[in-house]
Amino acid sequence: MPTLRFDGQAVTTQDGETVLEALLRHGLAVPHGCRSGICQSCLLKAREGHIPAPAQAGLKPALAEQDYLLACRCVPDEDMVLEIPSAGTLRTPAEIAAIEPLGGEVIRLVLTPEAALDYRPGQYVTLWRDEQLGRSYSLASLPDEGQSLEFHVRVIPGGQFSGWLAGEARPGDRLEVQEAAGSCVYTPALRDANLLLVGTGTGLAPLWGIVREALRQGHRGQIRVMHGAVECDGLYLHEALKRLAAQHDNLHYHASVLRPEGCSAVDERPLDELVVETIGDFSDWHSYLCGAPELVNQLRRRIFLAGARMDAICADAFLPTAPAKT
Amino acid sequence: MTTLYERLGGEAAIDKAVDIFYRKVLTDDRINGFFDDVDMERQANKQKAFLTMVFGGPNQYTGQDMREGHKHLVARGLDDSHVDAVIEHLGSTLKELGAADEDIAQVAGIANSVRDDVLNR
Repeated sequence: MPTLRFDGQAVTTQDGETVLEALLRHGLAVPHGCRSGICQSCLLKAREGHIPAPAQAGLKPALAEQDYLLACRCVPDEDMVLEIPSAGTLRTPAEIAAIEPLGGEVIRLVLTPEAALDYRPGQYVTLWRDEQLGRSYSLASLPDEGQSLEFHVRVIPGGQFSGWLAGEARPGDRLEVQEAAGSCVYTPALRDANLLLVGTGTGLAPLWGIVREALRQGHRGQIRVMHGAVECDGLYLHEALKRLAAQHDNLHYHASVLRPEGCSAVDERPLDELVVETIGDFSDWHSYLCGAPELVNQLRRRIFLAGARMDAICADAFLPTAPAKT
Repeated sequence: MTTLYERLGGEAAIDKAVDIFYRKVLTDDRINGFFDDVDMERQANKQKAFLTMVFGGPNQYTGQDMREGHKHLVARGLDDSHVDAVIEHLGSTLKELGAADEDIAQVAGIANSVRDDVLNR
């Protein structure tokens, strides 16, 4: 019978037993719910071993491609190494290659990791300045452009991490990069779909990765990128996105600015109105929403009510760091 | 005898039903307050499990699960009128999907059978 490795323990399965049953039988803590492959509470990631097809039925393609599986539907046919998805803790040392202003409060951080990082555009990583101080940022680079990692960091005055980056940090300084996570990624299955990419502030970073990845893969459906900022200088990729849109017939770029004095080529409607009025019927759209939690959650609901399928909305709300406990 | 779950088209049909049903629930002011502070994706997965159950598909929900899952909502005032609204939306969802009246009645029956567990009585 196949043996499972999970949480530092080895578990031998019994005939016909699922991964979930085997782990629970050994008293291991695995989140679970319906035990029928529907609620997806028992999502695990396979580090090694073949995943039987029924264990991925109903999963988003992005999760299936990253070797996620449903423990309650997985009857293993060979040995497997499994983990709870959020448990990614492998860290890669990296060196700061560049820190430069991008516009407004946003800086571009470029890192050179010691070993190539396994990631997909749209995912995020946690950067560690030391053992205790880590912050999550979305990747704006593409793995196919080389080993360098690019991030867009909003500098928060007095921020322990972003303040350090903007002030003291210098090229050559070292950080650690934790494994990439997140399921808001582009997959080849979406090539003919219409893509709506909506971001506020540095919520644009993962979208900058996704839009370039989609174009690189020869995306055939429409793509609309909508970026919201408080003032014009917050539209930190305004020119780059306008240029990219000019080069691709199926790409359109819209910018929304809360205080539009002195801006050029921006929409004066608030971002959510711009999104809803531009698209209208969302039933043919696949949406990625990144940035401020209130806007992301509100838009997710509006887009769903305006006809989008639930599984065609990918939301990535950027949560502020909780204040340190004293 | 086939179940309604199979007659409707199995899992693919449930995905469609969840989208229709959840839209109805979210736009109904009688009950959408109970859904305001939940993660939409997790909520949709739970609704999928619920619809699978009432359509007679594979599920292993127990009365205990239903009690635990709704305890915090009962504390916030969940009562029979809200369960009635949910069953009403179930019926109109099924109608949109082309289900027969007998099937709709059967689904309402299954949903009613867990009413006391949901309301923690």
